[in-house]
Amino acid sequence: MATTLQPPQTEAERQPRSHSGTGSGGGFHGSVPDRRSLPAVKDSSGEPTRTGIWVGLSAIAMMFAALTSALYVREGAATDWHHIVLPPILWFNTLALIASSIALEVARRRIAAFMRGQEGNRSVPMLWLQITMLLGLVFVVGQYLAWLNLRSQGLYLPTNPNSSFFYVFTGVHVLHVLGGLGGLTRVMLKFHSTTNPLRRSTLDATSYYWHFMGMLWIYLLFVLWMKL
Amino acid sequence: MSEASAHVVHHGPPTSFIRKHVFSLDHKVIGKQYYALALVAVFTGMVLSWIMRIHLVWPNAPIPLLGLLSKVGAPGGIVTPEYYLSLMTMHGTLMVFFVLTNAPFAAFGNYFLPIQIGAEDMAFPRFNMMSFWTTFIAFCILVAAFFVPDGPPLSGWTAYAPLSAIGKDTGPGEGLGQTLWALSIFVFCIASLLGSLNFIATTLDLRTKGMTLARMPIVSWAWFITSCIALLAFAVLLPACLLLILDRAAGTSFFIPSGLNVSDHLQPHQGGSPLLWQHLFWFFGHPEVYIAILPAIGIVSHILICNMRKPMLSHKTIIYCMMGIGFLSYMVWGHHMFLSGMNPFSALVFSFPTLMITIPATIMTLIWLGSLYGSNLRINSASLFSIGFISMFVSGGVSGFFLAQPSIDIYLHATYFVVGHFHMVMGVAAIMGVFAGTYFWFPKMTGRMMSETLGKWHFFFTLIGTYAIFMPFHYLGLAGNVRRYSAFTDDFLVPLIPVHKFITYAALFTGAAQLIFIFNLIYSRFKGAPAPDNPWECTSLEWSTPSSPPPFDNFGGQHLVVYHDPHQYGVKSSTGDYLMQTSPERAGETP
Repeated sequence: MATTLQPPQTEAERQPRSHSGTGSGGGFHGSVPDRRSLPAVKDSSGEPTRTGIWVGLSAIAMMFAALTSALYVREGAATDWHHIVLPPILWFNTLALIASSIALEVARRRIAAFMRGQEGNRSVPMLWLQITMLLGLVFVVGQYLAWLNLRSQGLYLPTNPNSSFFYVFTGVHVLHVLGGLGGLTRVMLKFHSTTNPLRRSTLDATSYYWHFMGMLWIYLLFVLWMKL
Repeated sequence: MSEASAHVVHHGPPTSFIRKHVFSLDHKVIGKQYYALALVAVFTGMVLSWIMRIHLVWPNAPIPLLGLLSKVGAPGGIVTPEYYLSLMTMHGTLMVFFVLTNAPFAAFGNYFLPIQIGAEDMAFPRFNMMSFWTTFIAFCILVAAFFVPDGPPLSGWTAYAPLSAIGKDTGPGEGLGQTLWALSIFVFCIASLLGSLNFIATTLDLRTKGMTLARMPIVSWAWFITSCIALLAFAVLLPACLLLILDRAAGTSFFIPSGLNVSDHLQPHQGGSPLLWQHLFWFFGHPEVYIAILPAIGIVSHILICNMRKPMLSHKTIIYCMMGIGFLSYMVWGHHMFLSGMNPFSALVFSFPTLMITIPATIMTLIWLGSLYGSNLRINSASLFSIGFISMFVSGGVSGFFLAQPSIDIYLHATYFVVGHFHMVMGVAAIMGVFAGTYFWFPKMTGRMMSETLGKWHFFFTLIGTYAIFMPFHYLGLAGNVRRYSAFTDDFLVPLIPVHKFITYAALFTGAAQLIFIFNLIYSRFKGAPAPDNPWECTSLEWSTPSSPPPFDNFGGQHLVVYHDPHQYGVKSSTGDYLMQTSPERAGETP
C-alpha cells in the first residue's frame, strides 16, 4: 500500500464539480449555495495505518481468546489433563521480549527526535532498532529451545492435551512475532532509505504490534502456567 | 517522516495487462473478480444440488458424465449414499463461503464501498489484492477435493467432529478430501480477515470531506457492520480449523474422544471433545448468517430508497437494527446445538436472545413495508428483486420463530423444515439481494444497461421457482422427513416422494431460469444499450463518477465534497426530484 503525503487542499480545490445526473432538469434554477445555511461540511478522514493495526490486533486477540476458551473446555472434557513443568527458559525469553519492547520504545523516541532535528545522528536510533531486532530473535530462538526441552522430556505435540496446547499457543505466537520482525525490518529499511522514507504512522503501527506481542505473550504464559 | 493526508490513497494507473486484469490493486477490478468467482461457485453449487435432487427421486437413474468425475462415488453415473453426502458437503461449503460471503459482501463491497464514501481506493490495496487471491487459492483447494482418489468429504459444511477429525476410517472422502476442506476453510478465514480489516479501515479513515458517518448510505453501513462481524467470526473459525487440521494430521486429540472404534479400528486418540468443535464452529457459524444477509439488507434498502423516490421511514433505525443483529449474533450459537445434549436451562439461555433477534428483523421489515406503502415505486428488475428479498426474508424468517424454541427444534432440527428455513432466509434472500445489486449497479460497472425485459422474466421465474422449491421443504419437515438421507424408497417416507418430485422439477426449472440471467449478463456486457452516468437518478457518490465504469482513481483526480445525506429524494432541485450528495444546492420545497 502506498499512502502518500499530499499537501492540504485549499477550499477552492475542494469545490465539487457538477454531478453527472441525468435528471429532468425541473426548471429550478438560481439555487445559489449559501454556505452558512448548508449542513456543516467537515473533513472526516483519519489515518488508515493506525486504524488498521488496531483492527488487526483485535482480530488476533479474538483468535487467542478462542484458543484460550478451547483450552478450558478441553481441560474440562476429560480426565487426561496432567500438569507439566514449563521449561525454565521461558522466563528468560519473557525478559528478552520485554526488553525488546523497551528498546523499541527508546528507538521510537529517538527517531521522533531525529525527525524533529533534535537528534543529529541516524545511527543512534538505528542501533536501538537493531537491539530490538536482536532481542526479538533471541526470543524466537529461546522458544525453539523450549520446544527442544519438551521433546527431551518426551512431550511432543500429540503426547497429551497439555503439550498440544503448549505447542499451539507458542507456535502461533512465534509466527506472529516473526511477522513483527518482518515489520521491524521494513521500518529499518525505510528509516535508512531516502527515496522511500519512513512515515510516523508506519513506525507507530509496528510499535503497537510489537508491544501487543509482548503483552500477549505474558498473557499466554500466565494461562499456560495456570493450566499446564 | 510524513503524515498522510487522509483520503488520498495512491497507486498509479495500471500499465500492464497483468496489473490491470489479474493482480490488480484497483478495488473495482478486485470486486469484479470476487463477483466472477462467486458466479462460478454458485453455478457449481447449483449443479451439485441438481444432482442431489435427481438422485433423491430417481435413485437408480444414471447421471450423464458424473461417472467420469468419480468412478467410486458414482459408478456408472449412479450416486452412492456416501457420495450423496459428499455432494451435499461441497454444495453447502461452496454456497456459504464462496457465494453468500463473497458476492454481497466482498464483491459489491469492494467495488462500491470506497466510491460511496468518496475514496480513491481501499485503505490497503495490496492487502485487498492478497485477500482475493487467497480466496481464489482456498477455492482451488476445495475444488481439488473432487479430484483426489477418495473424493470430497462427507461431513457436511459444518464438518462435525469426530467424523471430520479422524481420517479415512470414517468413510470415503474423509481422508485427503476432508483435509483439503479444512485447509481450504483455514485459508478462506485468512482472506476474510484481510478483507474485513480493509473494509473497516477504509470506512473509518478514507471518507471524503463532508462524508460523516451519518451521511453514509445504508448499504455502506451494512458493509461496515458486516466487516466488524466477519472480523471477529473468522478469527474464531481460523484457530478451530487449525486444531482440526492438527487432529487429522498431527495426531492430537482436541475433538476426538477416547475409545472411539471406527471401522473396526480403535482410534489412537483420547479425551477430546466433539462438542468443542461445535461451540467454536457455531460461534462463527451464526454470525456467518448475518455476514450473508446484512449486505443484502443494505443493498435492497439502498435500491428501494432510490426507486421509491423518498427516504425510508427511518434509515437510522435500520442501521441500529443491523448493529443490534450483529451484536446479538454472537449470543445465539447454542441454538444450533439444542440436540447436543445441553442442559435445558442452557438451551433457554440461547433461545431467548435468538427470539430477541426477531425484534430488529421485524422492525426493519415494518420500515420497508411502511415506506413502500403509498410510495410510487418505480418497477424495474432491481426493485422487483428487492421486493423479492423482503418476501423471502419474511417467509423464511417466520419459521425461525419455531426453531428458536428448543422444545419445537428438537422435533424439527434434523428434518427438511430447517433446510427450508435457512435456504429461504439466508440463501435465497441473500441471492435476491445480489441479483438486485447486479441489475442496479451493472450500468455503473460496465457502462451498459441490462435488458429490463429479461430481468423481469428472470425475477418472476426465480421467485416462483424458489418458493416452489423451499416452501414444500417446511411441509416435508413437519411430516417428519429427515434430512441428509440419500433416498426414501423403502421406508415410511415413500408417500412423500411425489412432493420431492415436485421440488426436483421446480429446482430444474429455477436453475434453467438462471440461464436468462447469464445470457442477459453476457449479452448486455457487450451489446447492451449505453448507460447514462446516473440512469436511476440516484443521489449517492457512485453516481457522481465522471464515467461508467469509473476511472482507476474513481473521481478523475477530483476530491468530492459531500453536503447532504443520501436520502434527498422527493425534493425540488435543479436536477429534478433529487439532490446529489455532492450538490451544494439547498433542497427546495417538496414538489
